[in-house]
Amino acid sequence: MKLYEYEAKEIFSKYGMPTPKGELATSPKQARDIANKLGVPVAIKAQVLVSGRGRAGGILFANSPPETEILTRKLFGAEIKATRVQRVLVEEKLAVRKELYFGITTDRSSQRYVAIASSEGGMDIEEVAASMPEKIVKVLINPFYGFRSYHARQIARKLGYAGSQLSDLAGIFIQLYRVAMDYDAELIEINPLVETTNGKFAVADARLLIDDNALYRHSEYKERLFQERTELSPKESQAQKSGLAYVMLDGNIGVIGNGAGLVMATLDMVHLYEGRPANFLDVGGGASADKMAFALDLVLSDPRVRVVFVNILGGITRCDEIARGILEAKKRIGFVKSMVIRLVGTNEEEGRRVLTEAGVHVLDSMEEAAMRAVELVKSGG
Amino acid sequence: MGVFVGGDTKAVVQGITGAQGSFHTKLMLDYGTKIVAGVTPGKGGTQVYGIPVYDTVEEAVMEHEANASVIFVPAPFAADAAFEAIEAGMKTLVVITERIPIRDAVEVMAYAKREGVVVIGPNTPGIIVPGECKLGIMPSHVFRSGVVGVASRSGTLTYEIASGLSVLGLGQSTCVGLGGDPIVGLSFVDVLERFGEDEQTRAVALIGEIGGNLEELAAEFVASEGFDKPVVAYVAGRTAPAGRRMGHAGAIVMGRAGTAQSKIEAFLRAGVGVAEKPSDVARILAGELRR
Repeated sequence: MKLYEYEAKEIFSKYGMPTPKGELATSPKQARDIANKLGVPVAIKAQVLVSGRGRAGGILFANSPPETEILTRKLFGAEIKATRVQRVLVEEKLAVRKELYFGITTDRSSQRYVAIASSEGGMDIEEVAASMPEKIVKVLINPFYGFRSYHARQIARKLGYAGSQLSDLAGIFIQLYRVAMDYDAELIEINPLVETTNGKFAVADARLLIDDNALYRHSEYKERLFQERTELSPKESQAQKSGLAYVMLDGNIGVIGNGAGLVMATLDMVHLYEGRPANFLDVGGGASADKMAFALDLVLSDPRVRVVFVNILGGITRCDEIARGILEAKKRIGFVKSMVIRLVGTNEEEGRRVLTEAGVHVLDSMEEAAMRAVELVKSGG
Repeated sequence: MGVFVGGDTKAVVQGITGAQGSFHTKLMLDYGTKIVAGVTPGKGGTQVYGIPVYDTVEEAVMEHEANASVIFVPAPFAADAAFEAIEAGMKTLVVITERIPIRDAVEVMAYAKREGVVVIGPNTPGIIVPGECKLGIMPSHVFRSGVVGVASRSGTLTYEIASGLSVLGLGQSTCVGLGGDPIVGLSFVDVLERFGEDEQTRAVALIGEIGGNLEELAAEFVASEGFDKPVVAYVAGRTAPAGRRMGHAGAIVMGRAGTAQSKIEAFLRAGVGVAEKPSDVARILAGELRR
């Protein structure tokens, strides 16, 4: 789960990291009052969760409180990468000498956390890694003794700092590591980490992604996930509540299958035959008839969907349960759209019998079924 | 005799009294797997399908000589269960549980590595040596004994491809699921090393998906180590949108990292055959083995 910049900064500040003075505003008037209090110039930063906010026009600078109000109004009227702005963070504008990067994430191949730093901050770290790999400092963190002060000092040295600046910077690195561990961060970044013209450091932007699988340890955010679902469409949040993995795509063939890999392979195959999937939907292992019916309901009610392609290879999942789920959905809402069903595996015979008796045709091969689904769309669904 | 496990493996099931644990214990026993004990804290002294249940792994190991553990324990307690198994001297862990927090998984893997313990999973369908033993939840009827080693990041796709192999008369030496979580114990390279040494294995199928770089590392390994058995790869998620998790916690393209394209290109550069569709895996391997 992604935290907003202001939420991450509140946490960083609690851990003693230097963050710019600032406050959250939910109206242009309030933004003006904050600018009055802080003194100008100020930075006005849209609180949205999309990346590339700066380039998309989500950060503006104002030289007076009235200008702060005007620019905030402008931000509230705008959409940053299709996200409406509802809150802005008004902060003192930093006098920047240099922009650095520091972050911690996981390195999947070594199964460890890794600290990454760069003297080239302010841009996407992946771009830096691709274009200037020599500007990246990486330290793999040994889980037995963690990220220690000397690691932090080594990194600060490699970024070219000495004296009190070295200690200040190392202190920020250590505190960020503590936040990463305490908050189960999947990714935590200060980008840019600003060196100001007076030689101090400040967290100019903060990013914190909490590992969704660890949310049970952070109940305050788990609640929020269910309240806001900021990035999910209504269908996606409905699916999430019911334990279905659903991702909305931009085509017209609804896809339902069991198992993430199989569903991804199904989408790829639909594309291969020049069709366009409307969604990814994994009913998971051992889906009940009820769950299957719910999944079908979700896809059938999508106005963009013209053909539904069900691809089930029963392992733990039983084909007879799936078949009953399909009939249940048929009874509830009817097959308002063309259906292509591929059903093989555990209890296949029973599943086929149930569907065939109800007049529903079942296919054996995933390829044949994918081709059929694409043909149906082309012939008008 | 398979890689990592075989007919002589004696396993404990942690979380044996749960719905999943007991259901699959029955299926593993039916397959001929030696399940010697179960563990569920607070249920010691009971039995599941005639298998004695203990409160702790330590007791289970004292009474029975187990060397592997299959873990069905819910995610918040799974890391603890894994530590317990490692400390009790297990040599192979099969972690079926999915969605274990990254921080926990990192700790488990570090401890396992230090103790020389193989961790399969988390979020794995398990491992099967057709005709000998199954530690996991895969439907055994799709597998046949034979010469193809299979390593996969996806459960159902493994069944799809294994049944395709079986239909063409290509049985499997060992099928192992690496797991769908971001941090898993085994890499494709770890499995390739074993398949390289295994006499029964004459060819290898790798089933990858978007996210991480295990496929790229496997390609590098095949190219640089002169792996001398034919390898065919399939990568799921060619058309997956960036930044979205596709069912598995680990199946996500982040920025430029983890795309199917990067993996496919790496395989092709390494001379690994790449299947466009799951069914092509068996077809390509059949061709390779006829040569």
